[in-house]
Amino acid sequence: MKPPPFRHHAPRTVDEALGMLADAPRAKVLAGGQSLIPLLNMRLAAPPDLVDINGVAELDTVHCGDEGVRVGALARHARVERSVEAAAVQPLLGRALRHVAHPVIRNRGTVVGSLAHADPAAELPAVLAVLGGTVEAASARGRRTIPAADFFTGPLESALAPGELAVAAFFPAAPPRTGTAFTETARRHGDYALSGVAAVVTLDEDLRVGAARAGYLGIAPAPLVLDLAEAAGPHGDWPAAAAYVRERIDPEPDIHASARYRRHLTGVLTERALATAAAEALRRARD
Amino acid sequence: MGTRVFGEPVKRREDARLLTGRGRYLDDLGRDALAAAFVRSPHAHARIVDVDVSGALDVDGLVAVYTWEDLPGRVGEPLPLLIPHPALTHGRTGYPLARDVVRHVGEPVVMVVARDRYLAEDAAERIRVEYEPLPAVVGIENAERAEYLVHDDVPGNVGAVLVQETGDAAAAIDAAPHRLEFRLSIERSASTPLEGRGVYARWDADDGSLRVYSSTQASTSVRAAIAARLGLPNGKVEVVAPDVGGGFGVKIVHPWPEEVLVPWAARLLNREIKWTEDRREHFVAAAHERGQLQDVRVGFDDAGRVLGLDVRILHDHGAYTPYGIIIPIVTSTQLLGPYKIGAYRAEVVSLYTNTLIVTPYRGAGRPQGVFCMERTMDRIARHLGLDRADVRAANFIQPDEFPYDQGLTFQDGRPLIYDSGDYPELLRKVRALIGWDGFEAEREAAARRGRRIGIGVGVYVEGTGVGPYEGGHVEIDTAGRVHVSTGLTSQGQGHETVFAQIAAAELGVPIRDVHVTTGDTRRFGYAVGTFASRAAVMSGNAIALACRKVREKALRIAGEALEADPRDLEITDGSVHVRGDRSASVPLRTVAVLSNPLRYAFDDETAAATQFAVGRPATEPPVAEGDEPGLEGRGYYSPVRSTFAAGAHAAIVETDPDTAEIAILRYAVVHDCGKLVNPMVVEGQIHGGVAQGVGGALYERMVYDESGQLLNASFMDFLMPYATEVPRIETDHLETPSPLNPLGIKGAGEAGVIPVSAVIASAVEDAEGLRVEAMPLSPDALYELRERASGDPGLRVRETARAGGDGAATGGQFAAGVSGALPPSERGR
Repeated sequence: MKPPPFRHHAPRTVDEALGMLADAPRAKVLAGGQSLIPLLNMRLAAPPDLVDINGVAELDTVHCGDEGVRVGALARHARVERSVEAAAVQPLLGRALRHVAHPVIRNRGTVVGSLAHADPAAELPAVLAVLGGTVEAASARGRRTIPAADFFTGPLESALAPGELAVAAFFPAAPPRTGTAFTETARRHGDYALSGVAAVVTLDEDLRVGAARAGYLGIAPAPLVLDLAEAAGPHGDWPAAAAYVRERIDPEPDIHASARYRRHLTGVLTERALATAAAEALRRARD
Repeated sequence: MGTRVFGEPVKRREDARLLTGRGRYLDDLGRDALAAAFVRSPHAHARIVDVDVSGALDVDGLVAVYTWEDLPGRVGEPLPLLIPHPALTHGRTGYPLARDVVRHVGEPVVMVVARDRYLAEDAAERIRVEYEPLPAVVGIENAERAEYLVHDDVPGNVGAVLVQETGDAAAAIDAAPHRLEFRLSIERSASTPLEGRGVYARWDADDGSLRVYSSTQASTSVRAAIAARLGLPNGKVEVVAPDVGGGFGVKIVHPWPEEVLVPWAARLLNREIKWTEDRREHFVAAAHERGQLQDVRVGFDDAGRVLGLDVRILHDHGAYTPYGIIIPIVTSTQLLGPYKIGAYRAEVVSLYTNTLIVTPYRGAGRPQGVFCMERTMDRIARHLGLDRADVRAANFIQPDEFPYDQGLTFQDGRPLIYDSGDYPELLRKVRALIGWDGFEAEREAAARRGRRIGIGVGVYVEGTGVGPYEGGHVEIDTAGRVHVSTGLTSQGQGHETVFAQIAAAELGVPIRDVHVTTGDTRRFGYAVGTFASRAAVMSGNAIALACRKVREKALRIAGEALEADPRDLEITDGSVHVRGDRSASVPLRTVAVLSNPLRYAFDDETAAATQFAVGRPATEPPVAEGDEPGLEGRGYYSPVRSTFAAGAHAAIVETDPDTAEIAILRYAVVHDCGKLVNPMVVEGQIHGGVAQGVGGALYERMVYDESGQLLNASFMDFLMPYATEVPRIETDHLETPSPLNPLGIKGAGEAGVIPVSAVIASAVEDAEGLRVEAMPLSPDALYELRERASGDPGLRVRETARAGGDGAATGGQFAAGVSGALPPSERGR
C-alpha cells in the first residue's frame, strides 16, 4: 500500500495552480487527501501529477452572506461544521457535516474536495443538490458556475473538465418558513450511509406545506433529489411521501445491505426527516 | 510478602511509553533495511503457468526477485503442521512461495527485495504471473458438497473428522420428554490487530549468526523454526518480539512464509531486510477464524435439564491446516460450558475451502461453542415457557462438585476436568447487576414510549493456562535492580505490570526496581507462547517460583552477613532484615555483591559490601558445590492440566421497529479468573474482549464471493466496531482461586469476547420475539428476519415481545439520529 511514482506540484496561488493543471491535464488535485491518498496507496489511481493546493491560502475561505454560504476549496469540513455564521444562514450544512466520517477526517478533509470527488454515498453532494447550490470551476481558460444538478454526472464523476479546479461551492440560504433535517443510517458511526436523506420543507403563509424536497445519498449513482410536495400534500402526509419515495427509487445492493432493505430504510428516513424539517419550519414561521 | 502490590490496581507501567509514541514496533526498526514485498495470488484456486519477472528488472533499486524454484532445500519445503492430531487425517500446509498451485487469494507467489517498499511494490506490480484458474470451493456447504476439491488428494475436502462423546447421546435424546433440532451459523471474522505482521532480519557474516525481529506471539518457536529451515544451530539465531501492536491469536502461527523467507534472503544477500505487512495483505494473507455451521439435537426434561445433546459442527479451516484443528477441538469441548449434560456427542467435520487459513482468534473456537450451548438453553426455556436464567441454573455444575470431570479430552490432550468455580453465584451476580428480575416492568415502560428492548444472558467456562510449561528468570544486580524475564511474548496486555507486581510481591522489593523483559530469546530461550489466556497463569507462576529461589538464596547469604538464621529474616523495601526489626539490615544490592566471590571494586556497592565479611573457610572452594555465583534464579511452571475460568454476561438491547438498527443499551460482565493479580488490567482485558465480541455479534464478517474474492478487505468495509459502537461495560468479579497453581490464578485474556454473540443473540431475540440463529446480525439481516417471520409464525418465540412498530415519531435511541430534531446533548449515538 504505497503509491506509484508521481510528480508533486505545490502552487502558492490559484493562477499558479491553474497553470500547472493546464500543463498536466492528467493531474489530480490534492486538497485534504482523505479519499485521494487511500486510492493512491492502494494503487487504484495512478495520476502522473498531483497539484497540491494546500499552500494556496486564497482558497481557505468561508463567506457567509444573506444569499448563502460560499466555501473555498481549502476550507476544511471542521471549520464549516463549527461556523456559527454558516449555521445561521444554512443550518443543513452543519447538520450534514456532523455525519461526514470522523473528527480527524473532518479536520483535514475539505467540503469542496468532497463535492469534486462526487461519491454518491457522501453527504455533501446530496446537500448541495437538494439546496440547488453551485460549484465554481476555474481553469486557465476562465471561470464558470456549474449548478449541482449538472455537476454530479455519475459515481465519482463530475462535470469538471481536465485542467479545471473547483475553487468554491455555494450553498444557498434557507428561505423564510423553511426547516431542514439531515438523517442517515450507517453501519458504524461515521461510515458511509446505507441510506441518507437531506430534507428541506418550506411552509406557505397559511402554514401549509409549500415545498418539500429531499436529497438522497447512498441509493443512486449520483445524488438524487425528489420533489415530495405533491406526494405529501398541503398537510404534510409524510408516510405518503415515504411510500412515493419507495416507489421512485431503485437502490443497488452491496455487501452491507440488500436493495430491499435500502428501499425500506429510505422510506423510514424520508418520513423522519420530513417530519423534523416541517417541525422546524413551523417553529421558524411562528418566531 | 512485604510489599502490597499483588491484587492491587497498579497502573500499567508500559502505557507511558506506548501511549506517547515511544513504543518501538517492528516497522520502527531497521530504518536502512531493504524492503520486501510479495506478489500474491489474485485467484482463489489456480495453476501457475508462468512467472515473467522481466518487466520488473529495470525498476531502479530492485535487488532480488525469488520464486519457489529459487528456494533451496528445507527453505522450499511445505511449512510445518504445528499441531498434528490423529483425527487430522488429511492435514496440508502451503509452501513459503506457491509451488504450481495457489489455493487462496493472497497466497505468496513471488518475493521482491528492493531499496524501499515503494520500489518493491513498483517492481511487484510489473511481474506477470500467468494462471490457469481452477474451480474455487467457497463456503461450508460447497466444501461439504465437494463438487470440486481444494486439494486433489483430499477426498470430500475433509481434513478431519473428530468425535467427542460421553454416554449415548442419541439414545438419551430419543428417550427425553422434549426434543428440539435446529441449525446455527456463525460467520468468519479475524483478529485484525492494528499492527499487522512483520519480520526484520539481519545477518552477521562475521559471527555467522542471525538476528530476527518478528511481530510474533511465539519468538522462541520462531527461532527454532528459522534455525531448522536455515540449517543453523539455535544458538546462532536470536529472535526478538519488539513492542507488538496486538496479536489476538493471529501471530501465534509460525513460521509464517515471511518468517522463513526474509531471514533466508537476508543471509543470502548479506543485507538487512524488512517486511512490514500492510492492511490489505493482512486481510488476505494472515488468518481468519470463527466460521462454523452447527446442527444441534437436544433432549431435555420438564425442568429444562439437558438429558442428551448431539452437535454436528461443520468447521471451515480454509486452504491449509498449519495450526491443526485446535479451534474445533476447543469448540466441541468448551461447548459444554458450566453445565452437566446427560449424554453428549460432538462430531466435528473440518473442511477445506479456497479461502484464507483459519487459525485461533481470541476465544479460539469458544465463542462458537458458547453460542451453540447458550442458544440451546434459550430454545429450551422458550419451548418450556421457563425463565432463561432459571434453565441455566437447573443445569449448572454445583460448587461442591469440583473437581468436575466432563469426560472429554481438552485441547492440551489432557482430561477436561474443571478445577474450581461457582457458577450459581456468577449467575446471581449478573442477574443483580443487569436487573434481570425487574426487566419485564422496564420492557413495558419502554413499550409505552414506543421503544422495543430485550434482555439476554450467557454463561461460559474457559479453559486457560494450557501447558506444557513456561519459565521465568530473575536476577538482582548490584545496583539493586530486579531483572525479570520470561520467554513468552507481549502484545500490549500489561505483562510489564503484572509480572512486576508478582516479582515485587514475592521478593519484597519496590515495583519501580523491577524490570520485565518478554519475548526475547537472548534473555530466555525456552517458552511456548502467548495464547489460550495463559501468560499470567504460566509465566506468572514461573516467575513467582523463580523469585522464591532468589529470595531463599538472598536470605541465606544475608543470614551469613547478619549472623542470623535465614528463617528469621524477611525482605522489606529491598532490604533483608530480621523479622520485625529493621535496625540491622542488608540491602539486596549488597547481597548481590556478596553472592559473587569475584569482587572487583567497580562500584560503590562492592566497596560497601566489604563490611559484611562473608568468607568461606580456606579449605572450601569459594563457590560451594551446588551453588552458583550471582543472585539469580530460574523457575518453570508446568501444570498437570488447564485451569478453568468462567463468567456470566448479560445485555439489554434496543431494536428500532422501523430501521431494524440494534443498539446495546447496557452490558454487564461478572468474571471469575481466580485470584486477581491486577483488577484494572483484568477489566481492561474484559473491555477489549467485549469490544471484539460486539464486532463478532453485530458487525464483522468476511465477505467472500463465489469465486473466492474477499470483497471487504479493508477497514472501510470490514466493520470493526469503533469506540462509538462499544457500550459502557459494567463489571463485577468473583474470585474462586485455582487449586492447581501457587498463585491461585486463572487466565483472563479471552474472557470478554467469548459469550458476546450468544448474549446479544439472546437479547435481540427477546426484544424482537423472533428466533435468532445466525450471527453477526446486521440491520439488514434483522429486517429480513422480520420479513420472513411475517410469513412464518414458527420464527416467533414470544408474541408479547413486540412493541412499537409504526410511525416516524418513536422516541427511542434511533429517532435521535435526526439531527434537526434534538440538541446534541440528547442525541443518541
